[in-house]
Amino acid sequence: MKRAGLDIGSRFIKYAVIDKDGAVSFYKKETGHNPMSVCEELFDSDRADRLTATGYGRHLMEISGNANTITEIKAVARGAREVFPCCRTVIDIGGQDTKVISLKQDGGVQSFEMNDRCAAGTGRFLEIMAKALGYDIREFGRDGYPSDNSNISINSMCTVFAESEVIGLINKGIKREAISYALHSSVTQKVTALTKRIDVKDDIVFAGGCALNGTLVDMFKDTLQKNIHVHETPDMLAALGAALY
Amino acid sequence: MSKDYTTMWKELGLNLQAHDGLLSVLTNAYKNIYLSQKNRPAAMDYFDFVISEVHGLRIEELLEAKKANKKIIGTFCIFVPEELILAVNGVCIGLCSGAEVGSDSAETHIPRNTCALIKSFMGFKLSGLCPYVESADLIVGETTCDGKKKAYEAFNEITGKVYVMEVPHKKDDSDRFLWKEEVEKFADKLTELSSEKITVEKLKESIRIVNEKRLALQRLSKLRAADHAPISGLDALLINQISFFDNPVRFTAKLNELCDELDKRVKSGVGVAPKGSPRVMIAGSPMAIPNWKLHAVIEGSGAVVVGEESCVGERNYRTLLDTNFSTVEGGIEAIAERYMTIDCACFTPNTERLDNLEEMMKTLNANGIIHYALLFCTLYMMESYKVQSVFKEKDMPFLRIETDYSLEDMGQLKTRVEAFLEVIREGNSN
Ligand code: SF4
Ligand code: SF4
Repeated sequence: MKRAGLDIGSRFIKYAVIDKDGAVSFYKKETGHNPMSVCEELFDSDRADRLTATGYGRHLMEISGNANTITEIKAVARGAREVFPCCRTVIDIGGQDTKVISLKQDGGVQSFEMNDRCAAGTGRFLEIMAKALGYDIREFGRDGYPSDNSNISINSMCTVFAESEVIGLINKGIKREAISYALHSSVTQKVTALTKRIDVKDDIVFAGGCALNGTLVDMFKDTLQKNIHVHETPDMLAALGAALY
Repeated sequence: MSKDYTTMWKELGLNLQAHDGLLSVLTNAYKNIYLSQKNRPAAMDYFDFVISEVHGLRIEELLEAKKANKKIIGTFCIFVPEELILAVNGVCIGLCSGAEVGSDSAETHIPRNTCALIKSFMGFKLSGLCPYVESADLIVGETTCDGKKKAYEAFNEITGKVYVMEVPHKKDDSDRFLWKEEVEKFADKLTELSSEKITVEKLKESIRIVNEKRLALQRLSKLRAADHAPISGLDALLINQISFFDNPVRFTAKLNELCDELDKRVKSGVGVAPKGSPRVMIAGSPMAIPNWKLHAVIEGSGAVVVGEESCVGERNYRTLLDTNFSTVEGGIEAIAERYMTIDCACFTPNTERLDNLEEMMKTLNANGIIHYALLFCTLYMMESYKVQSVFKEKDMPFLRIETDYSLEDMGQLKTRVEAFLEVIREGNSN
């Protein structure tokens, strides 16, 4: 039987298909303004016998596609555990939500925390800031730690104000590497604050598209002082977990 | 509503156009959330009727009571003793404030970062939407939280009918002494307002009425302990909300009828959700009508809410009043004592609450607890951490929710609640 998992996020829809021999294929498209038709396109490229939907838009599928649904929390925990069986904690930075999840010995979800309504510390936050600094999002975070970090920091909690702060710094002539570094540490701080509310155990899996950002990974390693694993397609873990469910 | 009440509303000075808008929103919400539920007990009919007449028949009754020289007393908190109000032949009305209306006008008197409940009662008044506030002869505030304490000053400027009772924040001898005096002062105030003398007989009779009401609410709570849950949490919440403004004698009779039906349901194993559905208890800030948001999300996700550790819930009916007194002073003292058993988060320390919570979790056979705080409700937001630590120790699934009446966080709320239910279900299957 071919199983599939569909993760309908705020920015991207991810689709994971596991064929009967266990080989996994991943597909990904922008969510856009008509997520249902994007889902249809994804199904067309690879049909499965069984579908489980997750993510922000999971209920779309429940209504129209008679699929099971599970939350992205359970899905990402399952997916992370599949690729890293040692996983006891998941940090998942998605488009609009950040979650930290602690797993029981057997892999089940023990407890979780999510960011509040605002976008601080989410992928969306980084995206907006990358744009303000003129980075391509795939390049953002490649600069790593600047040699002179000029001791600047971003203090605003709110994305809109943080963006003005960034623009202010640019206008002061601060190097963009330094600003980028400050932004990354601001996100790290927010997420670390969330992790303090759960029981963080080794090993940690960093999931979601932001895990491709090397600076963030390094900063988490520094602040949490724990083993952090990143899969080659960290943004697909929730879809994978849904397919496995 | 069965008849046209426009003239009555006009005479009360309501803003008719805005009021129509409010009623249609309410009717729709009620239809979607309440009437769409499956397998409701037949005796819910009465409560549906009360809601459909909440601004109609009930207001007419209040205005008739006024004509008969009875005083209408509005309250916001379970610290205001209903027994005393009944003892002077008054009518006690718990003022609701569970909808997001007029918050922009409210913000001309109070800060934006105020809890939704306070904003709502200001907003209702400023937009001319509440026939209860307009009918009331006296509105009793209390000093339980800072937000309310200061908001009542503004509320008095607008309504001119606010009376404030000082609730102490500790339970030492000096605090009990202060509270007893506050209750005495309130009794004097009511006597003066109504020109009715409080007698021992009247006190005993009104205590009996309120005790009966609390007993019926306790009965409902016990019935919810059954798995199959015989009634939804939404319906039980509604009944608790209605207990604050319906005629207490009629309410008690109707609630007992409902409980008779639930008794039968429990015996024959009829329920509102499949046996074994996750059973969730909600603790924290009060949920005034029509704040049904969290219950709707939880039950919409396949769980049953089996109890409310809240003022609109257990905290309101946990303790009865002793009628073992022979003087009016003795009666007032008994009332003061009974109200000091309330475990509101305004007290420090407030360890009774933790004990009560654990007790409730056990008796209701709950599998998880959701701590609910209205945003900016410092008291309950703060206490949630203590509650969390108690249940964490016991490995009991716990979720903290901070929200208000708006719908903008519905997506997040659903994800959190559903993930929480997944945790409960997994724990059950182990
Ligand atoms: S929570 Fe405290 S202040 Fe609020 S209604 Fe209940 S007893 Fe009164
Ligand atoms: S919900 Fe909290 S902050 Fe709001 S009035 Fe009640 S006790 Fe005060």
